[in-house]
Amino acid sequence: MTLRELAELLEAEVICGERHLDEEFERAGASDLMSDVLAFGESGIVLLTGLANIQSIQTAEIIEAKAIVYVRGKKPSKEGISLAEKRNILILSTKLFMYKACGLLYRKGIVGVRN
Amino acid sequence: MVSHHDLSRTFEIKGRDFSKAGSISINIKEILRELGIDPVIVRRVAIASYEAEMNVVMYANKGEMVLRLNPKVIQITLEDEGPGIENIEMAMQEGYTTATDEIREMGFGAGMGLPNIKKNADMFELKSTIGKGTSYNIVFYLNSKGDV
Ligand SMILES: Nc1ncnc2c1ncn2[C@@H]1O[C@H](COP(=O)(O)OP(=O)(O)OP(=O)(O)O)[C@@H](O)[C@H]1O
Ligand SMILES: [Mg+2]
Repeated sequence: MTLRELAELLEAEVICGERHLDEEFERAGASDLMSDVLAFGESGIVLLTGLANIQSIQTAEIIEAKAIVYVRGKKPSKEGISLAEKRNILILSTKLFMYKACGLLYRKGIVGVRN
Repeated sequence: MVSHHDLSRTFEIKGRDFSKAGSISINIKEILRELGIDPVIVRRVAIASYEAEMNVVMYANKGEMVLRLNPKVIQITLEDEGPGIENIEMAMQEGYTTATDEIREMGFGAGMGLPNIKKNADMFELKSTIGKGTSYNIVFYLNSKGDV
């Protein structure tokens, strides 16, 4: 699936990093706990989270996530957006709750991390 | 391209400075990537370094992180000034944490950091003196065993 298809599927707003929309991804992970993202995250995943702080962007960069999807309509602060732009990462924001966002993705064949 | 031989870089970490937390590890990641180090190793170093950096920001007053690199190993050392760790064996266990609510709200404090450093590193040494501070020594081999 491309990141553009992901944005359409989740009816998500593109916050920044539009130039990545035609890239493909195969796996996703979801957590509000950055400790777990660091321990179990994989390179190239889409990270779904309800935590829209600076640390979610830093953590996504460390694990080499392809994109961040903020659920429940969350959006990063101005500071967060400029950091994400600097880090060159795609950020989406969907109004969907975590469970539904993950379910829609799973139904389309997007699986979880390998562990 | 910079030469691989005996690079050494020092970074200062400020305790409680959550707005910058993680930047040093991302900087280290960029340095290693530019040097053409194996991306799998770069990612392991970045994760371990970030966990260590976050611990200084969360628990200590300040710290100094040093990245050293030679053709055989990448070494991250970290010395902080802070409360120290009472029981290192316990701290190394998954799930052990003394994190405050403030830390949890930021998405940390699951007691996963130190075990995650151990998992990603080839060697991890942790030393601490109560009331003074903590030191981390984290080593990654650039070839299979660290010997030629
Ligand atoms: N630099 C340090 N100075 C003082 N105490 C520390 C330091 N690093 C770790 N600790 C202690 O060790 C505990 C375990 O650390 P660890 O990194 O494994 O988990 P955490 O930081 O609590 O949570 P997580 O890393 O999952 O966000 C901490 O809660 C803290 O009590
Ligand atoms: Mg930690």
